[in-house]
Amino acid sequence: MNIAVAIDTVPQNALPSASEAGPVPKRIVVAYGFWIFLLSDIIMFAALFASYAVLVRATAGGPSGAQLFNQGTVAIETACLLISSYTCGLMSLAINSRNRLGTYLGALITFALGATFLTLELREFAEMIARGATPQRSAFLSAFFTLVGCHGLHVALGLIWLVVMMVQVAVMGFVATVQRRLLCFSLFWHALDIVWVGVFTVVYLMGVSL
Amino acid sequence: MNLLGRLDWNAIPLHEPIIMGATVFMVLIVAVVFGFITMKGAWLYLWREWITTVDHKRIGVMYIILALVMMLRGFSDAIMMRAQQAVAAGGAQGYLPPEHFDQIFSAHGTIMIFFMAMPFVVGLMNFVVPLQLGIRDVAFPTLNSVSFWLTASGALLINVSLAIGEFSKAGWTGYAPLSGLQFSPGVGVDYYLWSLQISGLGTLLAGVNFVTTILKMRAPGMSLMRMPVFCWTALATNLLIVAAFPILTAALAMLLLDRYLDFHFFTLDAGGNQMLYVNLFWVWGHPEVYILILPVFGVFSEVIATFSRKPLFGYRSMVAATMAICVLSFLVWLHHFFTMGASAAVNGFFGVMTMIIAVPTGVKVFNWLFTMYGGRVRFSVPVLWAIGFMVTFVIGGMTGVLMAVPPADFQLHNSVFLIAHFHNVIIGGVVFGVMAGYNYWFPKAFGFRLDERWGKVSFWCWFTGFYLAFMPLYLLGLMGMTRRMQHYDNPAWQPWLVVALIGTVIIMAGIACQVVQLVVSIRNREKLRVSDDPWNARTLEWATTSPPPPWNFAFQPVVAGLDAYWSSKQRGRAKEDKPGLAPDYAPIEMPKNSATGFVTAFFAVVIGFALIWHIWWLASVGAFGAFLTLIAFAFRRHSEFEVTAEQIARFERAHQAGVAA
Repeated sequence: MNIAVAIDTVPQNALPSASEAGPVPKRIVVAYGFWIFLLSDIIMFAALFASYAVLVRATAGGPSGAQLFNQGTVAIETACLLISSYTCGLMSLAINSRNRLGTYLGALITFALGATFLTLELREFAEMIARGATPQRSAFLSAFFTLVGCHGLHVALGLIWLVVMMVQVAVMGFVATVQRRLLCFSLFWHALDIVWVGVFTVVYLMGVSL
Repeated sequence: MNLLGRLDWNAIPLHEPIIMGATVFMVLIVAVVFGFITMKGAWLYLWREWITTVDHKRIGVMYIILALVMMLRGFSDAIMMRAQQAVAAGGAQGYLPPEHFDQIFSAHGTIMIFFMAMPFVVGLMNFVVPLQLGIRDVAFPTLNSVSFWLTASGALLINVSLAIGEFSKAGWTGYAPLSGLQFSPGVGVDYYLWSLQISGLGTLLAGVNFVTTILKMRAPGMSLMRMPVFCWTALATNLLIVAAFPILTAALAMLLLDRYLDFHFFTLDAGGNQMLYVNLFWVWGHPEVYILILPVFGVFSEVIATFSRKPLFGYRSMVAATMAICVLSFLVWLHHFFTMGASAAVNGFFGVMTMIIAVPTGVKVFNWLFTMYGGRVRFSVPVLWAIGFMVTFVIGGMTGVLMAVPPADFQLHNSVFLIAHFHNVIIGGVVFGVMAGYNYWFPKAFGFRLDERWGKVSFWCWFTGFYLAFMPLYLLGLMGMTRRMQHYDNPAWQPWLVVALIGTVIIMAGIACQVVQLVVSIRNREKLRVSDDPWNARTLEWATTSPPPPWNFAFQPVVAGLDAYWSSKQRGRAKEDKPGLAPDYAPIEMPKNSATGFVTAFFAVVIGFALIWHIWWLASVGAFGAFLTLIAFAFRRHSEFEVTAEQIARFERAHQAGVAA
């Protein structure tokens, strides 16, 4: 092939720039839209983090974080959530290769880890409440329960979503809509991990030094 | 046994003649409308064509109808307040008792911001943006319907508060601790909070939808720098919605936790911090101002370029100014409460940032002026609104810069000078802008234009009425009058308040003229029928039929530059040059109608009402219903249908025949 000819033909056949290419495929539109939604969710968490930071010393004579937090439980919780992100990734691989068994297995482990996280968190809450450290006790505890509880609520909703998605895989198979929703689910699950890294750092690691 | 929570017969304010009168009036209007629909046998039509529609154009029209209806409600609050303050001088108490007056100013602000201005700009964006981008619908059509119906649910709850219970007395900002349980034990604040949470969710979803649409779905060839300015401003607004509304959601959620579960975010005891609420509110609140004003900057850009028959002056600087405002709007929130007691350095920073944000706005004003300069300006109704805006908005902007100086603000804070300032920019900016857009795009939506004469009368009433109603408030503010006064002792204020009332009555005449304009135009619609491009406009929405078909464009437009439709008109359209050739239409995939939005919103109202009145079982039922609705939607097998080439050809032939006749 003549190189000169090849160079001549390139500009004519070049694709338009991405900005001019017209509407993108639906899969990208859905994932992009959901990603924007996740950003807004993270901004809501940002407001909760800011409120926590403002109120963290407002213990009103009640217990502080250093007196309440159990680093061991939190370490296990963190491990559960981080590993569940990995298994969620394995599930995505199984979905891409349309492997039903792998999908169910990945979902099952992800669910189990998420449920363990939630159980540990609820047990931590119950212990704090039993010691009188209720959200009604002080502004610090109000902010703590709201921030950490809001993340926990997200995890709980994620678990329900995961169950619904597995039913959809069973009933509808790997049709395009189900695949797109599974993609959104995995984005959601990873985003919860990112928020948890913030919770872990700001609430639990920085909490002991206060 | 309290199956109905806090709800009982005492909730209906039978002993308040004014409230009951308004309630009866409202119920009568609803009954008449429902009776009319039943008489016409139009319920099934409404359900199929409007309530379950996912067509962005119809959803846009419904948003604007909601906004116009709520404008009437919000305006009746305004004129009641003006009448009260015109008479309640010296020892007089006027005709509104304090607890009712407090509800009126709270409802006025809440309704005008959340249920008049917001639906109006979101409605305009809904109708126009996909058409200007040259595409068939938004990225998520069903979600769009959910957004609209959630907004409508919030509006419904606010109106229910008139008849059942009460509305908030804590102002539209709902500052804690006044809005906390200690000082507002009634249901009023709960109505405020839940209606804003529900409609706020709708707005957030609309923001996500439009950011995705604008960034990922433009017609082939339409690079970002070829987008019409209205799309740019819509992008900036929706980015702000996505970045700001979650903060409002979080702030209101914390207030809800304080009120429902005895938390201590903003309470006076146990370490609560009241200024935290004020900060969070305005971190959302100031971007919100730009969420409202940026789209109307876009409207004016379209209107002025079209009616001056010139390309917009300084397109690139307009885009840069829009995005600069988008970013800067997050750096000025503290100017709403310089009196909080932050250090001089903090106040100084926010004062300077506030002055800086006036710069890009000034750039825009000069761009519009230079667009008109040397142009062949037609003084049609949209242009009158645009020129009225430029004059009025500049005055409002300058009083804003004045208050950006912290020492000056210490004098003016919470006075009616502030009231005059923000009505100056919101009426002179947002209201004039949406009215310009309403007159400009009406022929595109319905195929006939609005009556010019009544439109002009309406504009002049609004314009003079605005100056008479609000210029006196600047003076009164300088004289020391604070906002939200049910009565006052200083007799020197009264003449100015009477002038303000007269101005408000003239605005009322302007609103009446708009109603007449609409009625007259609908009756004379055959005479007012227009071509597809009545204004000789520049952007793609005018390239399709008026009204556009559900699929918007028979062929996917391909864009080669700025002002895509104008340049294609300059080149002469190839299709019309060869009349003998039958165009080769291709079938189009369209989203199916869905009741998901309406049903979800129904359950949202149930949940909101139940939570307001502490009817816990009903709230659970509502939540379960909403969950089932989502599941039903998720298991839907077919979400799209095909419009055949034959249907498109038939529509186009009928349209050509109509144009020829």
